[in-house]
Amino acid sequence: MVNFDALIAALWTVPSAAIVAILAIRRPRWGEFLNLLSAFIVFALTLAILVAAPDAAWVGGSQYLLLTPLGAWVLFCVGVVYLLASIYAIGYMRLLPEEEPRLHKFYALQAGFALTMLVAPLMNNPGIFWIAIDFTTIVSAFLVGFEREAECIEAAWKYLIVVSAGLALALLGIILFYWGGTFSLGPTYALTWANLRATAPKVPETLLFFSFLLTLVGFGTKVGLAPMHTWLPDAHSEGPAPASAMLSGALLNIALLGIYRFLAIVDAGGYGGIGHTALLVLGVFSLAVAGLFIVRQDGAKRMLAYSSLEHMGVLAIGFGFGGPLAFAGALYHMLNHSLTKSLMFFGAGNMMRAYGTKFMSQMRRVLRYYPFSGGIWLLGAVAITGAPPFGLFLSELTILRGGILSANPWAVWVMAALLILIFTAFLNHFRRMIWGPEPEPGATPSLRLSAWNILPMLLAFVPILVLGLWWPNGLWTFFAAAFRVAP
Amino acid sequence: MLIFHLDPLASSLFSLLAILALVLSFVMLGSHWLKNHVYAFAAESWVIAAISAAIGFYGHYPELYLIAALSALFRGTLLPYLVLRLVRRLNISREFTPLLKPSSSMLLGAVMVIFSYEVARRLGIALNLVDNIAVLALTCMFSLKLIGFLMMILRSEAISHILGLLVIENGIFLGSQIIVPGMPALLELVIIFDLVTIVMAFGMLVRYLQSHAGTTSSRGLQKLVG
Repeated sequence: MVNFDALIAALWTVPSAAIVAILAIRRPRWGEFLNLLSAFIVFALTLAILVAAPDAAWVGGSQYLLLTPLGAWVLFCVGVVYLLASIYAIGYMRLLPEEEPRLHKFYALQAGFALTMLVAPLMNNPGIFWIAIDFTTIVSAFLVGFEREAECIEAAWKYLIVVSAGLALALLGIILFYWGGTFSLGPTYALTWANLRATAPKVPETLLFFSFLLTLVGFGTKVGLAPMHTWLPDAHSEGPAPASAMLSGALLNIALLGIYRFLAIVDAGGYGGIGHTALLVLGVFSLAVAGLFIVRQDGAKRMLAYSSLEHMGVLAIGFGFGGPLAFAGALYHMLNHSLTKSLMFFGAGNMMRAYGTKFMSQMRRVLRYYPFSGGIWLLGAVAITGAPPFGLFLSELTILRGGILSANPWAVWVMAALLILIFTAFLNHFRRMIWGPEPEPGATPSLRLSAWNILPMLLAFVPILVLGLWWPNGLWTFFAAAFRVAP
Repeated sequence: MLIFHLDPLASSLFSLLAILALVLSFVMLGSHWLKNHVYAFAAESWVIAAISAAIGFYGHYPELYLIAALSALFRGTLLPYLVLRLVRRLNISREFTPLLKPSSSMLLGAVMVIFSYEVARRLGIALNLVDNIAVLALTCMFSLKLIGFLMMILRSEAISHILGLLVIENGIFLGSQIIVPGMPALLELVIIFDLVTIVMAFGMLVRYLQSHAGTTSSRGLQKLVG
């Protein structure tokens, strides 16, 4: 039996120690090194937790910790993105010499952000889970506003205010869930996911569904599901690129895990059908909003932010379909999206620095000036739109296949149509950047990208290619087991 | 469960306090002076602390006395102090560009209360609690929530947004004290702590807004669209 208590303690101690050391030493190079070291160890630990993940839910730490296969999977995604973003941060932040005196703060914030994301999925108490999510918001808002330009601060402010207001609705939902339980378990009982599931069958449908809708809207704000997505394009586009990758690739998954856990409560109460449909409708709407905004987008990172909205929509649809196949597809999609979106943000960060603009209309003839890193970026764009032979193609196809036999087969057709729209719109922007007009004289990029800027893109690219060509059998069995266990 | 066997005196005391909290939120809606908002918020927090203490007394939950004391200390004193300090530092004394006049905002607030009552009544019917204080608690909870959102929507100053959020949190706290007084106290303690952290984070960001973006009004923050 693996000692999960020790593994989890190590998982939290490493970034905490890194934060303390970075703030104590206050040197930028040490900050880079300590954060990278912490990211390596965290990645190894999340991998170890995933490999050893129990077939049933593990509860420990005096009932406060919960480890499920799904939770381990989300943690692993955090570990992957944290590692990639920490490597990339070294290359990217060195391109911002004016931030050098404050650089140690950036790395401390990055490690702190990772720490909050490593805490949340392991919380057995929905209330504490809510607080952990709130802390991810606070820490990441400062990452978004790190560059202290007017736009960054505006984005950070909007992020904090919109998400806090949304999360307040989720807290109300959690309290109503607890209230529903008091009718059968008495006025005082431990607030845990398992208890809420156990009492759900005895809660009247109105109260149960009302509570679920509140948590869906609340955590949906954090996931960025439309129409609660208004903060997302700003926060994801204005922060430094490594922070954007962590926001998109890791944080959104955690909030979605929360929604799925609340959905499981409604399922246990016997009213899952309507809950699944509600999630599905939000997912389809997100996909539609993302598609329309991608068509006319010019900001490189803003387009990627809308693409995150799209992929969260796909995940919501996957979980909304229910059933083992769509569930497996959604989990596979989660990892593939984390990898691909990190790659895309790294590429966008490189090009923004190279061309000195955030607008794609000014990034011209990318492949001529940056044949290698631009080429990987282009391949990443093909991958993120869900084209073969990359992982996202397999996972989206699996979700679609799972949806045909679900209670809502109409969503399959809408989703397919919107994915085609997004594919066309997204790659049209890349066509313009690669084969469009020549750069104006004097606007040709001359920045030399270091290995730190390109290596993390390569590290993300290889797995998405491999996962697109070969879906490991071990993952199928893992997803099947994760589906059977309560989340 | 507490709400099922309350003696009439306790029941009317809780109702009185809950309605007092609701009225105080209308004081906030009816004024555009930021200081008035902060004072009304502080008073509301003290009223909610009194509710916690009263429930601790009538329902025999000794840990609620601690919650009441902390609530008065943090929500009733520390948070208003932090926000007032922010008001002084930013040198903004009132809301200049509200969307609606105070009278219209209050009317909208009244509509919100009626809507909340309707939602609470339906929940009450589903739970066979029609004549229970729970319906009143839910009404206050939802009303404060909607009034908080209303304050955030109708007003443009960053500080009004913070206060709107605090009103929402107060509403949740008020309702949860009455309907689930037995909820683990740890959670409530952590939420108070979380609230203080988030208000300090807001405070820092508002000051960055003033120094780097040159405005603290959402009317001036229009750079990020589309």
